[in-house]
Amino acid sequence: MAERDNIILIESGKGAAALDLRELFRYRELFYFLAKRDIKVRYKQTILGGLWAIIQPAFSMIVFTMFFGRLAGMPSDGIPYPIFVYAGLLAWTYFANALSASGESLVANSNLITKVYFPRLIVPAAAAIAGLLDFLVASSLLVVMMLWYGIYPGLSALIFPVLVGLTFLCAVGSGLWLAALNVQYRDIRYAIPFLIQIWMFVSPVIYPSSIVPNQYQWVMALNPMAGVIKTFRACLLGHQAIDWASLGISTLIILFLLVSGMFYFRRMESTFADVV
Amino acid sequence: MIETVIKVDGLSKRYRIGAREGYRTFRETLVDAAQAPFRRLAGIGKPVPEAETIWALNDVSFEVKRGEVLGVMGRNGAGKSTLLKILSRITEPTKGRVELRGRVGSLLEVGTGFHPELTGHENIYLYGAVLGMDRYEVTRKFKDIVEFSEIGKFIDTPVKRYSSGMYMRLAFSVAAHLEPEILLVDEVLAVGDAAFQKKCLGKVGSVAKEGRTVLFVSHNMGALETLCHKGILLEAGGKAFEGEIHETVSRYLATSHETSENPLASCKRVGNGKVQVFNFHLESPNGEVLRTVKSGEPVVFCFDFENRSCGPGEKVSVSFGICTDKEYGLLHYYSHFSGVYFTDLPPKSSVRCALPSLDLSPGNYLLMILTKVSGETADWPQVFLPINVIGSDFYGTGDANLSTWGPLLVKGKWYLAEAGVNQSQ
Repeated sequence: MAERDNIILIESGKGAAALDLRELFRYRELFYFLAKRDIKVRYKQTILGGLWAIIQPAFSMIVFTMFFGRLAGMPSDGIPYPIFVYAGLLAWTYFANALSASGESLVANSNLITKVYFPRLIVPAAAAIAGLLDFLVASSLLVVMMLWYGIYPGLSALIFPVLVGLTFLCAVGSGLWLAALNVQYRDIRYAIPFLIQIWMFVSPVIYPSSIVPNQYQWVMALNPMAGVIKTFRACLLGHQAIDWASLGISTLIILFLLVSGMFYFRRMESTFADVV
Repeated sequence: MIETVIKVDGLSKRYRIGAREGYRTFRETLVDAAQAPFRRLAGIGKPVPEAETIWALNDVSFEVKRGEVLGVMGRNGAGKSTLLKILSRITEPTKGRVELRGRVGSLLEVGTGFHPELTGHENIYLYGAVLGMDRYEVTRKFKDIVEFSEIGKFIDTPVKRYSSGMYMRLAFSVAAHLEPEILLVDEVLAVGDAAFQKKCLGKVGSVAKEGRTVLFVSHNMGALETLCHKGILLEAGGKAFEGEIHETVSRYLATSHETSENPLASCKRVGNGKVQVFNFHLESPNGEVLRTVKSGEPVVFCFDFENRSCGPGEKVSVSFGICTDKEYGLLHYYSHFSGVYFTDLPPKSSVRCALPSLDLSPGNYLLMILTKVSGETADWPQVFLPINVIGSDFYGTGDANLSTWGPLLVKGKWYLAEAGVNQSQ
């Protein structure tokens, strides 16, 4: 055993130390098992089971198509509104689920946190990754719709995994902030659904980002999910070229969220067990 | 040279407690509620005043060498759990430092990593990962874990359908099979049936025999005395004593008695009041005051009496009764049952009753005192006095784990007779 001769030092204020990647790596099994647990438990004792992963975005798509697509006549960059909105909803639903699971994760796992030691960072990260399976299941409907509408992605679809990764990192980055704050201030628990709702309306999920006037596009670019969803659609539906600049800005903001989130999380980590 | 495995140096931990609130009017409460969010926001990040904090652990230092089993004792709130929480890195100390050599495994309230919807099988892997084992390690020990836990065919059932005993057994079993160099054990023996408790104790003992270091927190003095070499006694967050285990246990027992006021001083009484008992305590045969009695050990019941208005030659019979803490009567013993009456008691006297051995199983019991003078009830305080009985090596086999199935202990001769020999008629 590698740590046999290692000395573990416990001191005050060690929590603010730099990220211990070696330790995180040693606990990779736990990450895997926590994610697996979340997946296994998700649809236990439900009749429809994994179908729920499709039902949620599918029904949202139907409702949005009726109200925004038909009644309000929302533009959709020249592609059929149902597939336009479903592509956006697909990415958004994963992000929203991952963010809320991640933000609630520390409080939800308080029984573990107050009884056993492990790098706490694993908890919000595992919570955010568990939603990926739902995402894949829901993606099957998008494939069916693409065949139906005869829309085929080009080479740019290769960037798809990168976008999924960015969505995950964005959810973890904001999730770290929310999870750490939630331990101390339970106000966060009530703020999370509200935050997600508002965030969705400022992201181009039900509308194309092209309806935002040019002089305000930079405001939109500050929302990292805006760039990600825009690119997500562009790469899958191939109706417009990928806006690399906007994706670049999104990536930078996501990295900032992630690094600052980790820093804050590490700073607060030592008090979790006492406060939660 | 024997290596020091745990080195604790000036360890302190401060906890925040709520500020004491005095009397408040309804209006104040309302105004307060309205202002609270703003005040909380303004108060974020400000240092906590000293008065609102408590030192759960205060400047504790000790060392444990490889292969040693250290017993940690102390009353509730003395800081035992805080110490283990710091050692297992669940929480950080406020001051001081700890050096640990080797992997630490902790059995603090085992089973908390289980998820009710998952099966026993799945939970073993999950909990193993929580405790820092990898998949292959768990797979290697899987059979042993299942066997030790006695779960058997229920291993593929979701643990939410387990009885609490099965749940505990599985949890302990996983935790006991990780092979840490340092094992922290906190009151795991408080749950499960007697047989399994014994098995757990045996496991802790064998871990120690393999040369690993164990820190053992328990209120079970018998277990502490059989398993540990050394002990430390914590009192109100500080280290009150450190030394050889038997000495630490007796120090603990001497201080563990609640020093509340004498219940006999202010209780209601029934009877004509010719005599009154005003104090009661237990002693060992050589006059040492006992706060706790060990099962099967000799004990002297001491009743301090005041003679208020007994006529000359009036016969006084003192009695005491013992019941379980559920007030189920066990015995009632008058001095006159043994043919003893006290006459012409001095104004202050101490009536004593020496029992060669108190054969009660470990637990909490209640004592009542009733005195008759010339056949009439003279003094019957309407109060129960607590008696704590703790485990001991009752059968002389080196095992202090006594059955607590019922309040009584018996000890006899077991032997084998030839079949049919004793069957009369």
